[in-house]
Amino acid sequence: MAITDIKTFAHLTAADIETLGQELDSIRRSVELSRGARDARYIRRSIAAQRGLEVAGRAVLFGSRNRWAWLTGTVLLSVAKIIENMELGHNVSHGQWDWMNDPEIHSSSWEWDMTGPSSQWRRAHNYSHHTYTNVLGKDEDLGFGIMRMTRDEQWKPIHLMQPLANLLLATTFEWGIALHDLSIEKELADTPPRELMSQPNRDFARKISRQVAKDFLIYPALTGPAFKQTLKANALANLVRNLWAYAVIFCGHFPDGAEKFTIEQLENETSAEWYLRQMLGSANFKAGPAMAFMSGNLCYQIEHHLFPDLPSNRYPEIAARVRELCDKYDLPYTTGSLGKQYLLAFRTIHKLALPDRFLKATADNAPETSSERKFAGITLPSIGTGWDLTLPGAESTHWLRIDPETGKRRGLRSALHEAKVVLKEKARQEKELLREAKAALREKAKHEQEMLREATLALQERARHEQAALRRKAVRDKPFRFGRRRR
Amino acid sequence: MGSKRGGFSVRGVREWLEAPAASVAERGGRLNVLRGAVARVTTPLLPDDYLHLANPLWSARELRGRIVEVRKETADSATLVIKPGWGFDFKYQPGQYIGIGILVDGRWHWRSYSLTCPPNWTEPGHGGKRLISIAVKAMPEGFLSSHLVSGVPVGTVVRLAAPQGGFVLPYPPPEKVLFLTAGSGITPVMSMLRAMDRRELVTDVLHLHSARTADDVMFGAELRALHDRNPSFRSHLHLTGEHGKFALADLDSKFPDWRERHTWACGPAAMLDEIDDHWRDVGRSDRLHVERFEIERSAVGEGGTVTFGKSGRTTEVDGATSLLEAGESVGVRMPFGCRMGICQTCVVTVNSGYVRDLRNGDEHREGDKVQTCISAAAGDCTLDV
Ligand code: FES
Repeated sequence: MAITDIKTFAHLTAADIETLGQELDSIRRSVELSRGARDARYIRRSIAAQRGLEVAGRAVLFGSRNRWAWLTGTVLLSVAKIIENMELGHNVSHGQWDWMNDPEIHSSSWEWDMTGPSSQWRRAHNYSHHTYTNVLGKDEDLGFGIMRMTRDEQWKPIHLMQPLANLLLATTFEWGIALHDLSIEKELADTPPRELMSQPNRDFARKISRQVAKDFLIYPALTGPAFKQTLKANALANLVRNLWAYAVIFCGHFPDGAEKFTIEQLENETSAEWYLRQMLGSANFKAGPAMAFMSGNLCYQIEHHLFPDLPSNRYPEIAARVRELCDKYDLPYTTGSLGKQYLLAFRTIHKLALPDRFLKATADNAPETSSERKFAGITLPSIGTGWDLTLPGAESTHWLRIDPETGKRRGLRSALHEAKVVLKEKARQEKELLREAKAALREKAKHEQEMLREATLALQERARHEQAALRRKAVRDKPFRFGRRRR
Repeated sequence: MGSKRGGFSVRGVREWLEAPAASVAERGGRLNVLRGAVARVTTPLLPDDYLHLANPLWSARELRGRIVEVRKETADSATLVIKPGWGFDFKYQPGQYIGIGILVDGRWHWRSYSLTCPPNWTEPGHGGKRLISIAVKAMPEGFLSSHLVSGVPVGTVVRLAAPQGGFVLPYPPPEKVLFLTAGSGITPVMSMLRAMDRRELVTDVLHLHSARTADDVMFGAELRALHDRNPSFRSHLHLTGEHGKFALADLDSKFPDWRERHTWACGPAAMLDEIDDHWRDVGRSDRLHVERFEIERSAVGEGGTVTFGKSGRTTEVDGATSLLEAGESVGVRMPFGCRMGICQTCVVTVNSGYVRDLRNGDEHREGDKVQTCISAAAGDCTLDV
C-alpha cells in the first residue's frame, strides 16, 4: 500500500522535516520579496506575445485555402493555444500573478481558452489536486477517474481498456478535464448530479457552447469559402494543444518515482510534511528555456507543487535551490528527459491495465508506487562497508543517519540506492542458492538413475537366473513325461 | 421595428449580443452591442483585451486614464491632471472621490483621492478633451503619495475606479455655506468651489482653512482669484504654525451666522470628531457633512473590527484569527478551499482598512485582493463579501 508514514519513508526525523519546511519557507519568502517590475514585464510580454500569435494565426487562416497559409495558420494557432493554456491560463489561475494586484491578470477573474469554465477547474485543480496531491481516494487527478495508475487501486475488467482510454484522454484532453472538473465541482458544491439545470451545469453549458461555436462555427464562417480548411485548422490546433498538455501533465505526475500516499498520511499532516509530500509526489522533466516556456514551466513540476502560487518564471532558480536541499537531505529529485518520463508513465498505464496476478511487484515496492514497507526487513550481512545494512522499515532501528566515512547525511536517496543494492544482492544470493539446489537435484537425479540402472540390471540378472532355473527344471521333468507316454 | 416574430425580438437579440460584455455594460454604452458581438469571436476574452495592447486607454473592461500634467501646488503637494479612457462617467458630483491605481515595481497600488475639478471639465491645451484632476499631498510615511507628488511622469497610464462618495454639494447649492477644511482636506471643497464658479452659482460661501504655514496652503492664489470674481465668497486662512489650532468656540465671534449655514468639513480625524461634537451640542448635526480621509499609515494595528460589506455583519477579532474564520464565526458564506494559502479559492477584496498576511506579515489595504484563509485584520477593515 502507498506511503502511510512519510517520515519513515523519507528517512527523516520530525525535526529534520521541520527544518526542511523552514528552508522551503525561506525560499518562498525570498522569491516573494524579490518579485517586481521584471516579473511583471515577463507576464505582460507573454500575454502580448500570445495574443499577437493568436491574431496572426487567425488572420493567416483567412487564406487557408492555400496550403502554406493553412499550415502556417495552424502552427501559429497551435502555439498560441499552448501558451494560453500552459503559461497563462494555468499559472494565472494559480494566483501566481495575483501579487501584481492587476484585476485583469488575476486568479479570481481569468478565463481560459479551454472547454471547461476556469472557475470549475480552479476548484478541482487548485484545491482538490494541489491540497491532496497523490493521496489515494482524495486526489482525483490520480488517473483522472478512468485509469488505474497505481496497483494500490483494485483491478477491474474495465481497466483492460486502459490503453484505449489513454489514447482518448490524450486526444480530447480539454474535454476530459472539463468533465472531470464539472463532476468535482458538483461534488464540492453538493449539487444533485442529476439536476439538469444546476448552476455548475449551466456554467458548463455556457462555456462549452461559446468555445465550440468560436472554433468550429464562427471562425470558419468568417473565413467564408475557406470554411472547411479553417475548421480543420482549428480542430488540429486544439488537438495539438490537447496532446501537449496531456504529455506535460503525465510527465509531471506518473513517471516512476512520483510517490502515492494514503489518507493516514494526511491525518495530522504538518505543513512541512505537506511540502515533503509535494516533493516526493511529483516529477520533473528536463527542458531548455523554450520548452520550459511552452510547458508553462511545468517541467518544474516539483517546484510548482511546492509553490503553486509563485511566478512561473522563477521556477528555474527555485529548482536550483530545491535540488540543493534534496542533496542536503539526501532526498531523490525525480527528473529525466521528456521522452523517458513519458515512457515510464506509458509503461505504467499499460502494465496496470492487466490484473494483479500478471504483475510481479507488490504495491509496497513497484516502479510506480512504493511505501515505507519497501525497506522493512531488508537486511544483508556486512558486505565490507563497515556498517550494518539494516534498512529502517516499520520495525527496524539501526539506520545510520550519517555516513561514518564521508560525514554526509544518509537519507531516502541512499536508502533507495541501498535497497536496490540489497535487493540485487539478495537476488544474486537466491540465484546462487537456486543453482546449488539445482545442481544437488541433478546430482541426486543422476544418483537415482544410477541406482535405477543397477536395480534394473539386478532385476534382469535375476530374471535371467529364474529363467535358467525354469529351463533346468523343465529339462529335469521331461524324461518322466516321455516315459509315461511311451508306456 | 421592434416587432416580435417567432419568439425573437430585437431586444432579445441585442441582449444576446451584449451578453459577453455584460460585465462592463454599465460603462460601455452603445458600443456594447458591437463589443458583445466581437466577443463571440474573441471569447473567452473581450475585444478590449486585444485593443488595449495597441493603446492602453482602449479598454472599457477597466477604467483607465493617462496622466497629462503634473502641477506642483506646494512643496509637498501636486495636482495630477488625468485624461480618462473609455467609459468614464464625467457626470460625477463635486466633492466625490475616485480610486486610482498606480503601477510601482510591477504592482498596482490603489488609493482614493478627491476630485478637485468640476464635472465635465476641459482645460485649454488638451485638445478640448474632458479631463479630471486630483490633488495629492505627500504624507511622511506614505510611499505612494510621495511617489505621486515627486516621481510620476507625464504619460503614465493609471487605473481608475468610478467616482463615489456622499460628501457632495447639492444643486442648486444652499443659500449659506460654510466650508471647514484643514491640510489636504481642502481638495473635495475645491471641486465644489470650482463647480459653483463654473456654473456661476456662488452663493454666500464662507471658507475657513487651516494650514501650518502660508507656504503649505494649497490653491491659495486660486482662492484669492475666486474671491475677486465672486465677492460673496470669502476665504479665511488660519495658520496653525502661528496661532495654534483653530478653536471652534471662536466661531461665534468670527462667523456669528455659522449656525444657519450648511457646513461641509474635511480634514484630520481629530478635527472632524471635534466638529461633530460641537455641531451636535448646538443641535445642528443635520446641517453638517463631513468627509473622513483614510490617512496613509505604515504602522497599523493588530486585529480590529471586521465588517463584511455585502452581508453587513461585523465581528471583533484579534490579530491571529484568519478573516475566513472570522467570517464563518458570524455566519458569512465565505468561499474557501484548501484553508492553507495555496488554492486562491478564498480571495476577497478589501474595501477599506488594513489586512495582514499571517505567513509573512505583508500588509494589504483598500483595493487589494487577499486570501482570507491566511490573512488577519490589522485594524478595522471591511471586506467585499
Ligand atoms: S482557502 Fe485555499 S488559499 Fe485560502
